[in-house]
Amino acid sequence: MSLTAKDKDTVRTFWAKVSANAEAVGADALSRMLVVYPQTKTYFAHWKDLSPGSAPVKKHGATVMGGVADAVANIDNLTAGLLDLSELHAFTLRVDPANFKILSHNILVVLALMFPSDFTPEVHVSMDKFLSAVALALSEKYR
Amino acid sequence: MVQWTDFERATIKDIFSKIDSAVVGPAALSRCLIVYPWTQRYFGSFGNLYNAEAIKSNPKVAAHGQVVLAGLEKAVKNMDDIKTTYKDLSVLHSEKLHVDPDNFNLLSDCLSIVVASQMGEAFTADVQAAFQKFLAVVVASLRKQYH
Repeated sequence: MSLTAKDKDTVRTFWAKVSANAEAVGADALSRMLVVYPQTKTYFAHWKDLSPGSAPVKKHGATVMGGVADAVANIDNLTAGLLDLSELHAFTLRVDPANFKILSHNILVVLALMFPSDFTPEVHVSMDKFLSAVALALSEKYR
Repeated sequence: MVQWTDFERATIKDIFSKIDSAVVGPAALSRCLIVYPWTQRYFGSFGNLYNAEAIKSNPKVAAHGQVVLAGLEKAVKNMDDIKTTYKDLSVLHSEKLHVDPDNFNLLSDCLSIVVASQMGEAFTADVQAAFQKFLAVVVASLRKQYH
């Protein structure tokens, strides 16, 4: 299920619309993940405040979306482009890769909510494929 | 038995009273067939599913989307025993339709996304949690009679 040229165009075009709100998207997606999938809170036990929209959640949401922006810029070679991030997740953070799917789902929910007319089924499928490809690139160094 | 909080009960009833069921059912099913094209395997008799436009305008898809949503509304009316309410539906999906139950999760994800886009900001994290819990119970009940 690799990204076609059409998928990449779709992602780049849609991302151009989203990027101004990237931090808000990240904060909302992360907030939702922590509420809807409480097991994900185990990775953030060191934060003072895990409630939706809290300062650490907002800050980290922005960080995550910065990573997504990097991925869009490196869409032609995600494995190479996300190598450092993969090493971070594999050796330092050791996030179970199943969680990438969970966060991706919440990003898609927020995109649907914030961009209801732009997030068509065609954009949805390309974004879903893209986020899956990003997750795969992030898992690269795990074993 | 599934324990529902007052908030969850109220939220599920509220969602289903707010959404346009004539829109959500067809939108979720067509989205599922577009985003996860392998799900089309179950709809060989529906005619033209060759591309997104064809799927979105296919009257059989739209009609079946309404059937699916009507099924969900039955669960909303019987929230304290969805398992029993869905016994026959579960047998149907297993014995007659031969649907891989993993597909139920794919349609659930599309339902969350369509409801999110309909409800906008009202689809808060807590509302999402309640809705996804409801869908998880629906999916578990549909899986129950598989063997």
